Amino acid sequence: MAETTMTHTSQMEPRPAGWRGIAADWASDQRAFKNVSWGKAMMWIFLLSDTFIFGCFLLSYMTARMSTRVPWPNPSEVFALRIGGSEIPLILIAIMTFVLISSSGTMAMAVNFGYRHDRRKTAILMLLTAALGATFVGMQAFEWTKLITEGVRPWGNPWGAAQFGSCFFMITGFHGTHVTIGVIFLIIVARKVWRGDFDIGRPGFFTSRRGRYENVEIMGLYWHFVDLVWVFIFAFFYLW
Amino acid sequence: MVDVTPADAVPPAEVGEVELYHPHSWWTKYVFSQDAKVIAVQYSATATAIGLVALVLSWLMRLQLGFPGTFDFITPEAYYQFITMHGMIMVIYLLTALFLGGFGNYLIPLMVGARDMVFPYVNMLSYWIYLLAVLVLVSSFFAPGGPTGAGWTLYPPQAIMTGTPGGQDWGIILMLSSLILFIIGFTMGGLNYVVTVLQGRTRGMTLMRLPLTVWGIFTATVMALLAFPALFVACVMMLLDRALGTSFFMPAIVEMGQQLQHNGGSPILFQHLFWFFGHPEVYIVALPAFGIVSDLISTHARKNIFGYRMMVWAIIAIGALSFVVWAHHMYVSGMNPYFGFFFATTTLIIAVPTAIKVYNWVLTLWRGDIHLTTPMLFALAFIVTFVNGGLTGLFLGNVVVDVPLSDTMFVVAHFHMVMGVAPILVIFGAIYHWYPKVTGRMLDETLGKFHFWVTFLGAYLIFFPMHYLGLMGVPRRYAELTDMTIMTESAHHLNSFISIMAFIVGFAQMVFLFNLIWSIRHGREAGGNPWRATTLEWQTPQTPPAHGNFGKELPIVYRWAYDYSVPGAKEDFIPQNVPGDFAPSRESA
Repeated sequence: MAETTMTHTSQMEPRPAGWRGIAADWASDQRAFKNVSWGKAMMWIFLLSDTFIFGCFLLSYMTARMSTRVPWPNPSEVFALRIGGSEIPLILIAIMTFVLISSSGTMAMAVNFGYRHDRRKTAILMLLTAALGATFVGMQAFEWTKLITEGVRPWGNPWGAAQFGSCFFMITGFHGTHVTIGVIFLIIVARKVWRGDFDIGRPGFFTSRRGRYENVEIMGLYWHFVDLVWVFIFAFFYLW
Repeated sequence: MVDVTPADAVPPAEVGEVELYHPHSWWTKYVFSQDAKVIAVQYSATATAIGLVALVLSWLMRLQLGFPGTFDFITPEAYYQFITMHGMIMVIYLLTALFLGGFGNYLIPLMVGARDMVFPYVNMLSYWIYLLAVLVLVSSFFAPGGPTGAGWTLYPPQAIMTGTPGGQDWGIILMLSSLILFIIGFTMGGLNYVVTVLQGRTRGMTLMRLPLTVWGIFTATVMALLAFPALFVACVMMLLDRALGTSFFMPAIVEMGQQLQHNGGSPILFQHLFWFFGHPEVYIVALPAFGIVSDLISTHARKNIFGYRMMVWAIIAIGALSFVVWAHHMYVSGMNPYFGFFFATTTLIIAVPTAIKVYNWVLTLWRGDIHLTTPMLFALAFIVTFVNGGLTGLFLGNVVVDVPLSDTMFVVAHFHMVMGVAPILVIFGAIYHWYPKVTGRMLDETLGKFHFWVTFLGAYLIFFPMHYLGLMGVPRRYAELTDMTIMTESAHHLNSFISIMAFIVGFAQMVFLFNLIWSIRHGREAGGNPWRATTLEWQTPQTPPAHGNFGKELPIVYRWAYDYSVPGAKEDFIPQNVPGDFAPSRESA
């Protein structure tokens, strides 16, 4: 595939700034978003659609929580860990959140080195991101195990509203699936970077299209989105 | 800002030529094809096939309603299953798939001057996942307990309870799984359509030069990408309720004297999620129809579309408004009555952009050189039918009128007119219009006219009497109406009449199918541009268009899509890729 971002139209003719520029771009031919490649546009629109999915999940959870007549389990107690003889509230979630946010940092660095065509650093940083993501999923598995051994089920729990377990497993499970898919694709893209696929323009196995270092950034968009969603889940589920 | 660009200025190419995937075998060329045109035909064929199943189901329903007690095999349970599957198949697996997967795939790349969709491989996956969704749906007919009989809205708690067919069997599980698959597959295709329209147009093809067909399909796809998530979430949650015993939608409930394990869920929540998808869905089906019918009318009346800009903005306004009207489906659901005022207001506001569109279609016809070809007949029939269905929408949009009419045949008549018959008429018109491009041959006009008149008049004879039945208070979704006091003898006769008409209209569709198949070999040679139309798909070097759509060079667009009967021009149409100034630019008008 030829470069779908190719030329910088701004060099061809001066474009008006501000709202007029946006209107001029939208009204122009070929592309509404100048200098945005097809892949990047597609990822942004997908993320918009995915936002609506998570939005619906969270709104449903809030409806359930606000309308229930039985007490809602106290997250500070439910998600506490006993470390060194004292209950520390939300400690595991704090670590998980820290790990996931850190992985966004390594991802951003990978994007930076990708555009410098530094294959080694890019691949290492992507694998580090994948490792942090896998750690997150691992800790989530630990948390699930802990809650399940304490008697939390999708259809009920010892402390109050049954919807607590239902929403918890559904929303964190759906988010965890997103992280897992992200980890898999991080490894795939990291392998491509490592092999130099983006330097020699090797066609993709399925799509037979040539990738570019921009793919690292598109991967990054997805990863940052998954992190951002976690922030909302963290706020609405654990801090409420 | 004054546009001082000379009319023929060609902007520089911003995107290099795209390297297409070249198929190496029969399998990759016709089966696992990445060519949007082949995918479009696959989508259309699958949608038509499953649509025929839904047509047969409607016959079975009409057998029961028209001649109650005559057919023993139609038990009340079977009747509910027919109703549910008929509705779901027609709305999702036929109309949505055919308009977006079928027409979208075929027309978007050709009309915007692209070689293919931006990501052909993802596009191919979209079709195969759609096919899988259809197969899962069909498999529910053969599952123990049969398909679900919950009604196409799948309202809980009844959808997953014992009394409902398929509720505690496989039916509802397969239905929800199939919907989830459909949404995943659709998202893959939908992203392609949106990005192709936004980022993959040819030189000179500005947004305000796009044919209205593309505007309609584009806006509908954006809406679908934002509305289907709500259905996805609702399906996941109901699947969990059914499979794991969670209580998202299930309140504490007694079934057959037994208290169920569920507790504390909200059935209203499901209705909100469902209709947040369900109402935009109406326009996901209607907007492509609006777009296509605009192009059909303009082409066959040899006249530029009236008020192009207003048509575009009306499409966008309808699309935006349709996200804030969903609860008008829920006036009798027990939600806060004050909501009714808000949702009735927004609902009635939608009449404004819709009326703009209808007026503009009529004004396009005004003093036009109207050719009563089969596509044009269907387009004209659409306008009439859509106005008819829209007017009863004003009844149902008002709370006080809706409450007594809820769940009567009046509602059935309304939505069949406005989102059943009207879009289907456009689909027929569009098939008669674009079939020559897809196959290179014309459909038979005599059979086409026969098909049109039987379908058009027949549809009215079916659905118009239903309004009267509804006003009498005849409820919908009842398998057996014999003993009710409102079912007078004349009402029974009317029901039998409707049923007979339904069979006749159904058989007219067989004539249409015969025409489709027969004309592939025996139709009149069409040539490249039989309707003398301006849009890019008619300007391809080959008919049917080859892989890559256009020859070595992509076409360059110099004008909008509606230069018909331009004074001073040699022909009564000027294709979009013809340079030269024939008349004052109509775009700025």
